Amino acid sequence: MLQTLRRYALMFVVRPIARLLFGLDVIGAEKLPRDGPAIVAANHNSHVDTIVLLCLFPARLLHKVRPVAAADHFDKGGFGSWFSRNIIGIIPIKRGAASRHEDVLAGAKQALARGEILVVFPEGSRGAPEEMTRFKTGVARLVEYMPAAPVTPVYLQGAGRSLPKDSRLLVPFNTTAVVGDHLTWNGSHHGFIDELRTRIEALKAEAPPLRWR
Amino acid sequence: MSGLTVSGETFAIHLPEALLFGFLGVLALLILGTVAALILPAMQPTKWSDLGPRMRSWWVIALLVGGALIAGWQATAILFALISFLALKEFLTLAPTRKEDRLIVLLAYLTVFVNYGLIFADTLFEDSYQVYLVFAPVYAFLIMTAAMSWIGRTEGYLATVGIVQWGVIVCVYNIGYIALLMRTPGAEAPAGAAGLVFFLLFITQLNDVAQYCWGKLLGRTKITPRVSPNKTWEGALGGWLTTALVFYFLAPSFTPLSPVQAAIMAIVIPAAGFFGDITMSAIKRDLGVKDTSRLIPGHGGVLDRLDSLTFAAPLYFHLLAYFAIERF
Repeated sequence: MLQTLRRYALMFVVRPIARLLFGLDVIGAEKLPRDGPAIVAANHNSHVDTIVLLCLFPARLLHKVRPVAAADHFDKGGFGSWFSRNIIGIIPIKRGAASRHEDVLAGAKQALARGEILVVFPEGSRGAPEEMTRFKTGVARLVEYMPAAPVTPVYLQGAGRSLPKDSRLLVPFNTTAVVGDHLTWNGSHHGFIDELRTRIEALKAEAPPLRWR
Repeated sequence: MSGLTVSGETFAIHLPEALLFGFLGVLALLILGTVAALILPAMQPTKWSDLGPRMRSWWVIALLVGGALIAGWQATAILFALISFLALKEFLTLAPTRKEDRLIVLLAYLTVFVNYGLIFADTLFEDSYQVYLVFAPVYAFLIMTAAMSWIGRTEGYLATVGIVQWGVIVCVYNIGYIALLMRTPGAEAPAGAAGLVFFLLFITQLNDVAQYCWGKLLGRTKITPRVSPNKTWEGALGGWLTTALVFYFLAPSFTPLSPVQAAIMAIVIPAAGFFGDITMSAIKRDLGVKDTSRLIPGHGGVLDRLDSLTFAAPLYFHLLAYFAIERF
């Protein structure tokens, strides 16, 4: 029931509005995973990023796509929390305050085990608009747990301009998503995230030039 | 006057004869193009690979615009307001703006509402046409430049003022003339206001298609190698001649123009379309992109499809208004 509501809300409300406001140009759409378990990893500049990535998937896969999002931000209760969990379909993850013995990635691992497609932002936080920061190792620990899951790098451009961190004013600009060839687990946490980062940075060259000073 | 009238209990659609034949002609061209898109890529895959998606997009464009013209001036104004917004968004995404200018960009989007709102504002002003004429070029300009100086970043100020104003004029004001033309009283044109707008759209798009076809058939000598390397003299002149002839012979069915007036416009309008096209090419080259977005498969962005209309629409409107139309 809720799954059906989510699918229809995404197809007939979220996607048309997102297309109108953000354009959603995709380069290399055919490289997106066609089934789970899989991980899609992108750079992160704006809340809009999550919407853009969700909208890249065809209707038949939407019920499997689960953005991994910070619990302290999106799971604070009330309607926002309900919307994030049930319509956007986030898997809440605890940042910072988690205790040493708790596996913060447990929810994400369970989703991979269920054959779902995780959307992750290895930067962990949105950072300065249209700039990439250091990657965290969470994504590497997820592929280590599930080596069968390919990790597809995606470079996102433009959403940081529409809704930068610390801004409440949404200004429509077109976004571009450049999808790259997928990576698989290579045995090293830092080796993996370095490779992922290099791949995402290389994809930037295929996006239209960004002139924002 | 004969034509097609469809009426039901709650609705009545009347299509003047010329417009009905116009729609049927477009339908015939679409079917012809679709057949070509099925045959040609099979014979020479590399040369015609973009024809399939291009034709599919033409069907969508024709159904949207044709539907709006049948539905009336309100629907046409709403459709073109949406088109203007998408075009302006494409332009402001690619053109350099500064981090402080997000508010100005939002103001620029707001001009879409006001500009097209004026087409509806009959009761608000004695002559809303006069207000339309000055709103975007004068008042939107004053408000946005003032707002930009209020924000306070002076570095890059002049360039940004120019960029935002260029976007508003080309994407909103010039395109808005298409919707404004729909307010021509039905009795002033042989096929009504919808006939006037249909003829403008048909002629400019025919000019693009004719240039493309002549260029593919005979194109040898590059016309603007630095700006638009695919354009040739053969394509441009062949397209111009074809479009001018079609304009001249169809003008009596769609416009109230005398033969001399029709001949002048037959020469001017395709030329305006060509310059709109290469102007947009120059801008795309300056911005370092080939297409303004990927919204329309086979065509690129809204601005890629609209380029010739951004010049042809205001000229078509003003020449018609000067020559023949009492309302404007």
